[in-house]
Amino acid sequence: MPFTLRRLYRFMTQHIDGILLCGVLLLMFTGLLVLLSASNGNYTRVSGQLMNMLVALGVMWLFANIPPHYLMRMALPLFVLGCGLLLGVALFGDIVNGARRWLDIGITRIQPSELMKIALPLMLAWYFNRNEASLKLRNYVIAALLLAIPVGLIVRQPDLGTALLITASGGYLIFLAGLSWRVITTLIVAGLASLPFLWSALHDYQRQRVMTLLDPTGDPLGTGYHTIQSTIAVGSGGLLGKGWMNGTQTHLDFIPERTTDFIFAVYAEEFGLLGNAVLLVLYLFLIGRAMVITANAPTLFSRLLAGSITLTFFTYAFVNIGMVSGILPVVGVPLPLVSYGGTSLVSICLGFGILMSINTHKKLVQT
Amino acid sequence: MSELSINPGIEIRDSQRELDRFRRRLAILGFFVLTLFGLLLLRFFYLQVIQHGHYSTLAEANRISILPIAPHRGIIVDRNGVMLAHNYSAYTLEITPSKVQNIEDTIDALSTIVEITPRDRRRFRKLLEESKRFESLPIRSRLSDEEIARFAVHRYRFPGVEAKARLFRQYPQGEMFSHVVGHIGRINQREVEKLEGDGRLANYRGSDYIGKTGLEQSYEKFLHGTTGVEEVEVDSGGRAVRTLSRTPPVSGNNLVLNLDAKLQEIAYNAFGDRRGALVAIDPATGGILAFVSKPGFDPNLFVDGIDPQSWSELNGSPDKPLLNRANAGTYPPGSTFKPFMALAALFYSKRSPQQVISDPGYFMFGGHRFRDGRPVPLGAVDMHRSIVVSSDVYYYSLANELGIDPIARFMTLFGFGSRTGIDIAGEAAGVLPSTEWKMRRFSKPEQKKWYAGETISVGIGQGYNNYTPLQLASATATLANDGVMFRPHIVNYIEDIRTRDKTPIEPKPLRDLGLKPEHIKVVKEAMVGVNKEGTGARVFAGAPYVSAGKTGTAQVIAIKQGEKYVESRVAERHRDHAWFIVYAPAEKPSIAIAVIAENSGFGARAAAPIARQVLDYHLLGKLPNQPAETD
Repeated sequence: MPFTLRRLYRFMTQHIDGILLCGVLLLMFTGLLVLLSASNGNYTRVSGQLMNMLVALGVMWLFANIPPHYLMRMALPLFVLGCGLLLGVALFGDIVNGARRWLDIGITRIQPSELMKIALPLMLAWYFNRNEASLKLRNYVIAALLLAIPVGLIVRQPDLGTALLITASGGYLIFLAGLSWRVITTLIVAGLASLPFLWSALHDYQRQRVMTLLDPTGDPLGTGYHTIQSTIAVGSGGLLGKGWMNGTQTHLDFIPERTTDFIFAVYAEEFGLLGNAVLLVLYLFLIGRAMVITANAPTLFSRLLAGSITLTFFTYAFVNIGMVSGILPVVGVPLPLVSYGGTSLVSICLGFGILMSINTHKKLVQT
Repeated sequence: MSELSINPGIEIRDSQRELDRFRRRLAILGFFVLTLFGLLLLRFFYLQVIQHGHYSTLAEANRISILPIAPHRGIIVDRNGVMLAHNYSAYTLEITPSKVQNIEDTIDALSTIVEITPRDRRRFRKLLEESKRFESLPIRSRLSDEEIARFAVHRYRFPGVEAKARLFRQYPQGEMFSHVVGHIGRINQREVEKLEGDGRLANYRGSDYIGKTGLEQSYEKFLHGTTGVEEVEVDSGGRAVRTLSRTPPVSGNNLVLNLDAKLQEIAYNAFGDRRGALVAIDPATGGILAFVSKPGFDPNLFVDGIDPQSWSELNGSPDKPLLNRANAGTYPPGSTFKPFMALAALFYSKRSPQQVISDPGYFMFGGHRFRDGRPVPLGAVDMHRSIVVSSDVYYYSLANELGIDPIARFMTLFGFGSRTGIDIAGEAAGVLPSTEWKMRRFSKPEQKKWYAGETISVGIGQGYNNYTPLQLASATATLANDGVMFRPHIVNYIEDIRTRDKTPIEPKPLRDLGLKPEHIKVVKEAMVGVNKEGTGARVFAGAPYVSAGKTGTAQVIAIKQGEKYVESRVAERHRDHAWFIVYAPAEKPSIAIAVIAENSGFGARAAAPIARQVLDYHLLGKLPNQPAETD
């Protein structure tokens, strides 16, 4: 029955952006390849990740099919729910590894800061869109306050990595919404001036991470160990790498968390500078396509949301690679689409699903 | 659509300007992305091209491995230097499961060279389940020199099996100190998470063990020491070739206890086959002199992971050897509660010492007859006599006059019903009954209400009363020390092994109860009377020192109205618990004791003789020649 098959094909693909999908699949494939090496050929790990990817692609398809104006309607309730859950964490959360990040809701434990990663850009985009006609400094201040509430709660957990990423996603959005350069300059100057105070507000272990970055040999058994070993892995990879499955740092157990946050060390050791350049190009390809979608988005809401998602994706990649190659402190940020782990895969693909939705529903609105 | 259609001209012009600005900003961010990715490329170029030789050397030819060096754990000694926990070096045979083809075959082959018992196998199998596959796990410990030599010859046959020199923890005093010193064991996942949360995990790289119970657990921070670091070159097989630099580990601190090992031994043996607990405290400091829970267990079994069979024997035994009765077992205090009740009467001015109560052998309340077990009624009883001969009726009526909440308020001062804060974990709070406690404890409304009849038996230490032997010893010490209460502590000082610096665990006065000296005098004199002419007189006959005590008997099962408790007719586990509290010398107390002998009947008969042996040694240095007899 070619007729129904064609309809099915159309139903499946009408809101999918082929170029984005292509980039996502290429990165996922790279991830599986590295994971196979990083887990010493452990196929159960790889097949587990394959399952995660299928789920993530399903979520991507689902969100690609949700028109942006539905998302707009969800913005405020999601944000309020997210803040409520974060408040719940602060009051009744379970403490794991010394940080209060999880909330037991009876059935399962959830990490509300994950929800905030999507709820916050939605909320800010909705807010600016609502006040589109007359954006004044007041609106930017309110947007900054809306950003400060969840970030403040997440910093207190403490989860500095997530807090920074959410701040970044909100920051990009406010910048794109047209905050005046004068205010931006003032903020940068004030920010630099307040660094000493920020330092004193950090937790001991957070300070230690920054100190370790400046001098990894100071704590070779603790946090410095990660940086020392991953830098050796990257450096010893050389121009062309040691070859797939041949990384000595990887296979002699020198790299910690090598299937998750430090998977880039495995990649860089085995594929070298050339491989790194290819990976950066792949990321740039995805980011570039996402920027084109952003630039052509029809409404302020969709533009801001798409911009924030795109730049946050970039930030993930940059922070992770920067941390593994020893120019950024060790924060728990996975390499997007490559690291092992379902949560990050799903939230990244959800973002791309929204981008696809923005790109494909535009045409329907215009006709 | 509808929003756009209002005033279309301005909207379109405005939004075109807005769109242009947005795209400019987006372009700026695009430039930002390119710059940062360029930065990463520069970094890769620096690491992978310029510094490539350096890192290759590190990684490829001579891999530098950073090895932790585990520190020596601090030792634990008693007040006289008697060793309670120490380390010794011995060889173990260890298997790394990930490097072995077939574990069972390997063990079978090994057993032809060194002896491997079924118990070793069971223990190994359990370790295997609990550990990661690349960890090195012991199959046999304490290999003899001959066994080491034999293994060395056959080593080539066993890839993934190594003989390693390791430090072992040993508890030479075995079960006598099992509950107080505690033991160490292999670090489990929960402890790893906790250490990580505290930021202490790095210091445990290279350590396989952590304190699990007792002092080993509560003083873990001091005992563990600081892990050292060794930078070594390893060849491609991962074997160390050459040491490059070494930061030596810092040994853990030693613990010197207030405990007297000999006193502990005498107390432990004095129980004979009976179950129970004894706590002896120095009233002037709160220092614990003896801390016995009988039966104990051999803590050495736990050090390398206990085999499942020994575990189920210990865990399933009806004698509950794993229960620390001294601070986690709770019992009704029986008549040992009476001296404190008498103090409460004086404190609230409810009764004067001289006031005489008539004891007809029972106390009537609400149509219920509260009995005194003795055959002949005591008749006229004043406060002194009420303690010396242990009148129940005196305290039934006293409790009724005082009321439950004033009793609870007063007993809180002595620490009844709350944790003493002793320096080992696992302490039970017990139950100090009050109307508020009952409200909290029960859920049904009719159970939440406190009935006046329930107050009566509280007066003689029965009813809801439930305290730990430690609480009773602490209360006795507080009374002996004229109402100044110290926090009980087992450790006297912590000694830095390098500098010989001593950090004393300072005696910490918790509170001065503010009792009137004349009140304390009445009760103290009555307790001296107990051991001179009362219920404790037989056991303390001929003692060359003056002691002050009180016997007690705690019911395990309720006796019905009109029925009589006959020991021989009651199942052993349902017999009464025997209590005795005592301090000596009466004029200047140096020791206060609480003893409970489970299911042993009257306190005077079963518990007091144990206390007598402990006092005889502590005050006179006299050694007993057999367990305390049931008099």
